[in-house]
Amino acid sequence: MVFGIELSLIWAVLIAVAVFLYVALDGFDLGVGILFPFARDKNERDQMQAAIAPVWDGNETWLVLGGGGLFAAFPKAYATVMPALYGPITLMLLALIFRGVAFEFRHHGRARGARFWTAAFAGGSIVAAGAQGLVLGGFVQGLAVRDGVFVGGPLDWLTPFSLLVAGAVMAGYALLGACWLVFKTQGDLFERARGWVKQLAVVVALSMGAVSLATLNVDPRVTARWGLTMTSVDWPAFLRLAPLPLLAGALCFLLWRGADTRRHLQPYLYAVALFAIGFLGLAISLWPYIVPFAMTPAQAAAADNALALMLWGAAPMLPIILAYTAWVYWVFRAKVGADATYH
Amino acid sequence: MEWDALLLARLQFAFTIGFHIIFPAFTIGLASYLAVLEGLWLRTNRPVFRNLYLFWVKIFALSFGMGVVSGVVMSYQFGTNWSVFATQTGSVIGPLLGYEVLTAFFLEASFLGIMLFGWKHVGPGLHFLSTCMVAIGTLISAFWILAANSWMQTPQGFAFAADGTMIATDFVKVIFNPSLPSRFAHMVLAAYLTTAMAVAGAAAFALLRKRALPESRMSLRMAVLMMAIVAPLQIVAGHESGVVAHHHQPAKVAALEGWWTSGPQPLILFGWPDETAGKNHLEVAIPGGGSWVNVGDPAAPLKGLDAFPEADRPPVFITFWAFRIMVAIGLAMVALGVWGAVLWAMKRLDGATLYHRALVLAAPSGFIAVLAGWITAEVGRQPYVVYGVLRTADAVSPVAAGAVATSLLMFIVVYAIVFSAGALYILRLVAKGPETDEAPPRTDEPPGTPLGAGVQEA
Repeated sequence: MVFGIELSLIWAVLIAVAVFLYVALDGFDLGVGILFPFARDKNERDQMQAAIAPVWDGNETWLVLGGGGLFAAFPKAYATVMPALYGPITLMLLALIFRGVAFEFRHHGRARGARFWTAAFAGGSIVAAGAQGLVLGGFVQGLAVRDGVFVGGPLDWLTPFSLLVAGAVMAGYALLGACWLVFKTQGDLFERARGWVKQLAVVVALSMGAVSLATLNVDPRVTARWGLTMTSVDWPAFLRLAPLPLLAGALCFLLWRGADTRRHLQPYLYAVALFAIGFLGLAISLWPYIVPFAMTPAQAAAADNALALMLWGAAPMLPIILAYTAWVYWVFRAKVGADATYH
Repeated sequence: MEWDALLLARLQFAFTIGFHIIFPAFTIGLASYLAVLEGLWLRTNRPVFRNLYLFWVKIFALSFGMGVVSGVVMSYQFGTNWSVFATQTGSVIGPLLGYEVLTAFFLEASFLGIMLFGWKHVGPGLHFLSTCMVAIGTLISAFWILAANSWMQTPQGFAFAADGTMIATDFVKVIFNPSLPSRFAHMVLAAYLTTAMAVAGAAAFALLRKRALPESRMSLRMAVLMMAIVAPLQIVAGHESGVVAHHHQPAKVAALEGWWTSGPQPLILFGWPDETAGKNHLEVAIPGGGSWVNVGDPAAPLKGLDAFPEADRPPVFITFWAFRIMVAIGLAMVALGVWGAVLWAMKRLDGATLYHRALVLAAPSGFIAVLAGWITAEVGRQPYVVYGVLRTADAVSPVAAGAVATSLLMFIVVYAIVFSAGALYILRLVAKGPETDEAPPRTDEPPGTPLGAGVQEA
């Protein structure tokens, strides 16, 4: 207990924050990769990659913190979720390998090699985003767990619901990517990125709505939490939470109406807010489980002395990490030039 | 042997960690080398250091990228393939890995961006600071991962909770477990040596082809200096590591030395361990040498494999040979270091063609030694994943063999593509050599020929 709060709860929140930062940050650089096939020519692709090259590695480290943090703080949850989602996690890792090395390899390959790594960058980004959606979908729909051990089959995660979530995550990351390009590019590419934001805002609004409705059906507890069933509405429960979908709709509308032409960071911030709302909605649906409908943070947590030791480390380190991350972003705040070259 | 999920999971872990370790082993040393180069450049303003920095930083970027992506795999594999291990040990070594992410990974990844792309955005001082941060990050990372791995080799400071999982009773004891100091030193020196061999190989290659002479002469000297100092130190660190293993993991030592029966032990120079017959064929050995190396007394009786039940013995053949390969390469490095130092003292380092050829041949030796060393350490501690506490067979995930076979196959295919391309690009850069400010060598070629034109332009 710290200030009367369970350590396991603090760590659940910290890991949720790490995962959210991962989504908000690596989401945009994966999104730029997803948009790679829509670039006109090599020069545009170079600009797109230059807009994310200095920061992608730091962004991806939040994923390592998510995985490593889950292992350290909630070993039992980690040991249940990873075997259950073996397929999509492996797929995600393989895809991340391809796109990660492609940053450098694109510039070292000759004609055929360069084409291959350009395709690998786009393909890897698309597959990684999709696989993360499958992980999320497979996770949210609940895992077959008995006595703290996964007892389901190797393809349990593959359902229409998880495929729907995979599509939504790809669309969401593409939106983040397009917004980032609005912020970081100029000229022709900038104008087209604004167009992508508009189109993707519609796609994201539709897919977020679809995922939200489908999530209501994964478990009666979720339905009850939002006060909605197929036939009746529990108005007091629903009205308390109704601002979330309304706000999400408003943000999609703002993104669709058009990015502010003067403040180019604004669309990205709107998109991050949209993700925050989705994240919050998910947390509300799944509360109080860390492994949906099977394990709470307290049940999955590591020993208290392990959690305390890590909190001693995280308390000074996380602000320091955020500070130098912010500094790196500040150093690379300028827009990418049309003559963007790599090193 | 049955191709069950356990064996497949072990193969997958060995394959992915084996590929991964190659890159950190190189980038730990290379990051420090780059920091030294940039520091020297800032101090002396000599272009040779800048050119070397700009050359090696490209190779660093390629290697670091491959290290990152193969490393992300590792942070998930404890859960996907070794979930029982994760549940059992999470409260003990989880925080160590957590600290690695918090104190090292972010530091490396964030400042890498400045190091590679920040030339025009920050001043030389801040850029140098970023290089240093990356270098420090790689060392901090090595510390935490070695702490976790060493605890698995020589566990202490833990107890069992009511639910059967392990909990730490004393984290200082967990982190500073008996094998950490010698193994951390052994690994960092190995990384520095690996880099020194690669740098020496590249410099020698350029000298043989008369390219980038000032740069190559300088980097050759830096590498020879490193080799001459660090290779002997590495023998000491390796010996220390062996002494610790002798106290805490006697079965591992018996396997890597090839001792079957207890008693005064020989130093086996060559042999063909036969696990069914329980002896070595074609053995060439120095009687009493093994006991003397390990405890300083040739007559001291030491445990052989017969002192351990068969179920507790590691695979002997792999451990025995991996150890011998590592030691042989280590001794060769000492010899190359001494050879280079002598040539340098005689002022004949630059023209020593035979030595340069030997260095080119030895360029990948560090990687092979690192792999052989890790195979010795990890196969030698079998059948345990946490030595004496948790057996590897009991640590595996409840995942179907088919799923593991599929993922293993995919890892092999993807790593084969990615790492052969990476190796190709690195070798291309090495073949091209560093840029140089020096004018091409004087030539008798008449103007108009390509060589002559080059001289005139310069």
